[in-house]
Amino acid sequence: MLFWQILIDGFAISSLYALGATGFTLIFGVTGVLNLSHGSIMVAAAVAAWAVAGTFGFGAYGGAFVGIATGFVLSLATYFMIVRRLQETRSIREEEKEIFILTATLLWGIMLQEAIAYLFTNNAKTVLPIVDGVVSILGVRTPANEIFTAVICWAAIGCLWGFVNRTRAGKALLAASMNPRGVTLLGFELSNIYIAVWAVYGALAGIAGVLLGMFLGVSSYSAGPLTASAFSIVVLGGLGSVSGSLIAAYVVGYLETLTAYLVSPAYRAIPALLLLVVVMYLRPRGLMGRR
Amino acid sequence: MLSRILKSREIWFSLIIVLCAATLPVYVSGYVLGLLTIAYYFGVFSMAWDLLFGFANEVNFGPSFLIGLGAYTAGILDSLYQPPIFICVLAGVAAAMIGGVVLALPALRVRGPYFGLTTLVAVLMLQNFVVVAANLTGGEIGLTVPDIISVDDKVNYWLALGFMTISGLILYGLSRSPVGLILQASGQDTVQAGALGFNIVKHKLAAFLVSAFFSGLAGALMVFYLGAASVTTFVDVTVGVQVIIGAVLGGRRTILGAVLGAVFLIVAGEALRPLGELATFIVSAVALAVILAFPGGLLGLMRGSRGAS
Repeated sequence: MLFWQILIDGFAISSLYALGATGFTLIFGVTGVLNLSHGSIMVAAAVAAWAVAGTFGFGAYGGAFVGIATGFVLSLATYFMIVRRLQETRSIREEEKEIFILTATLLWGIMLQEAIAYLFTNNAKTVLPIVDGVVSILGVRTPANEIFTAVICWAAIGCLWGFVNRTRAGKALLAASMNPRGVTLLGFELSNIYIAVWAVYGALAGIAGVLLGMFLGVSSYSAGPLTASAFSIVVLGGLGSVSGSLIAAYVVGYLETLTAYLVSPAYRAIPALLLLVVVMYLRPRGLMGRR
Repeated sequence: MLSRILKSREIWFSLIIVLCAATLPVYVSGYVLGLLTIAYYFGVFSMAWDLLFGFANEVNFGPSFLIGLGAYTAGILDSLYQPPIFICVLAGVAAAMIGGVVLALPALRVRGPYFGLTTLVAVLMLQNFVVVAANLTGGEIGLTVPDIISVDDKVNYWLALGFMTISGLILYGLSRSPVGLILQASGQDTVQAGALGFNIVKHKLAAFLVSAFFSGLAGALMVFYLGAASVTTFVDVTVGVQVIIGAVLGGRRTILGAVLGAVFLIVAGEALRPLGELATFIVSAVALAVILAFPGGLLGLMRGSRGAS
């Protein structure tokens, strides 16, 4: 009974982690940017969905749509207002741009977080779920929303896989992650590819944020921990490797669920952190890292 | 080397500002002094971070790991056995320096974002430890320390100012010394600096130790100023973020700029407090605008305008 419960709960949480981390790793793999406003964008999407669905009374579907749109818009804003300006400026040396992008996206994340706290207070909010009710799987009473979350996460990841491997734009994007200069020589405008990546990322972060809001609930405080967990999953899996991130998301998700059920919810974050430290020492490039 | 530092206009300029700041207790209230005291300790945190990032080029997301180790070790020792304060402070410094070695070990193996994450994990582990070992550390409520340095605002203020000035002189001198140059070289191109015959491992380790020394010392002193230690003042990731933003805002690779940035952050955050949650929003927005428009930071801006005039 407990075994099945851990298996099912862990699966839903891990799928959500996987979706959140996929966008993060995509951005890093293609553009080389670690976006530290990731958590804030997810929270903003969830809070927008909560406000539209609940406070303004547009229902669950309206809320979800506005939430995803919010993630999309904020992601493009992050790119155009901050990342692009820093990437193109000549007054910062190339090797220092990384820390500037990190600091700037971090500040941007804090701004979003504080704006959310100011406009909507920092209470925890649960988004109106699209599917209601409880289903019994193998004797475990599971909220239907949990199954819905896992299904949508995998559908979104599947769409991303199809986009990257089966469409022309997706293949250009994949090529840009391997060799940006080569792609430019083949006549692709690199900045268009970057815009496409940020757009895809925004949609993924929006979906992940809305689902998180429906499943676990969010508050403006969750922005930092969300960024940190995406960051650690991505490093554990190997920076830039999507399949590595997926595996790492399941490892972290199940480790946390196991600890929460078998030891105590207070310790849930610790084993994953320890694993991360061990992996960093023994295999610094992560489970599936390319370098 | 000493003569070159003495010739630097920045140092004289800074010393004049410090002298002016030393007269502040005569005409400002205890509230302002208390605020500036905290700001000066944060200035030391930022300077110590700048030595690691600006010179050794190590992206350390965990300044609050070193600060927290120093602060909590000193605080726990005092609350358990009440030895003289300076012994507690020494223990805090020692713990922070051991922490510095712990951080330096991965830095010699992994680079860039990977190292950044390791340091972030170090902070999260310390934070989890403080919360879990609540009967020792006071957990989330915080630890109250039985002794404090002084109840007098002015004594505390002068102590913090003096400490910041001396730390600043040492760190600035170090950054302008041959050691600082070697660090800078190894940060920019490790292989080439090694090929020139410099012992990179030794220098990087030294940088971590120096940074840990000042972070731990400032953290331990701050505990005995506040009379309490809590996760939100010493260990939380947001503390580290504030230290980093202070250094980058003031101007990285300048040491002195870090003080400017940190003091600005603390004072501006307090001045805007009546606005509630908007205060942090505005401070972050200003910091972001400075970083986007003037990557050299506040000090770079001042240097630029002086050069132009």
